[in-house]
Amino acid sequence: MADAKRAMPAAGSGARPLSPHLQVYRIQMTSVSSILTRITGSAMMVGVILGVWWLLAAATSDAYFAFADRVATSWFGDLVFTGSLWAVWYHYLAGLRHLYFDAGRGLDIPTAEKLGWVCIIGSVVLTVITILLVQ
Amino acid sequence: MRYLTPRKRAEGRGAAHHGADHHWAMTVSSVGLAFLVPLWIYIFGSALGGTREAVLETFARPLPAILTALVLVVGMRHFAMGATTMIEDYARGTNRKLLIIFVIALSWVIAATGLFALARMAL
Repeated sequence: MADAKRAMPAAGSGARPLSPHLQVYRIQMTSVSSILTRITGSAMMVGVILGVWWLLAAATSDAYFAFADRVATSWFGDLVFTGSLWAVWYHYLAGLRHLYFDAGRGLDIPTAEKLGWVCIIGSVVLTVITILLVQ
Repeated sequence: MRYLTPRKRAEGRGAAHHGADHHWAMTVSSVGLAFLVPLWIYIFGSALGGTREAVLETFARPLPAILTALVLVVGMRHFAMGATTMIEDYARGTNRKLLIIFVIALSWVIAATGLFALARMAL
């Protein structure tokens, strides 16, 4: 315990890793793509909640469905579902990237950065394709 | 000279104090969702914007109903576990406990609501 307490300032092998200091932290593709994975995973819950509520309304009655459907197909619903769709595709590609990382591959910096761009550009492309397919 | 091995010094000092079973569960659910989600998005997106009759007819069919049930259960477990990791990184003490309880409860409420709606439409 004494060893761990003393270790904070000295960046020896026993020290706990320090978090990046936000004011001096230079953002990189690898950090942006990692943070986006968390944000998209959480933010898509807005779309999930709206979607499940819409399903519940469909299962309940004509009047309730008319109300929920008006919300789900309004500009607000479009915004939530389009945003969530992109979030799902981004999270999807980032998840595949994590499975690839877990296999011990793609961990060198140029490849990891390239995969980050694949996630960002690929998610936008997949979002557009999905919207064209389902409308 | 350090008498503790690097592993001994590192053990238990992570944010969550455990992790291998959690990581494996996330791996399994992510692979499952990778197969489920694209088709589910297509089915849900196609149903969205239709009349109530069309929606009821879609989710009464076996494939959309079973797929939606799987996405709800596997997806909400995946969300609850992922959000737990995120909370463990950013919150501490009672706050951490309350937030983790909240996301787990939220994910079960969403899954149960969706399954109830499905049961009503499909049966």
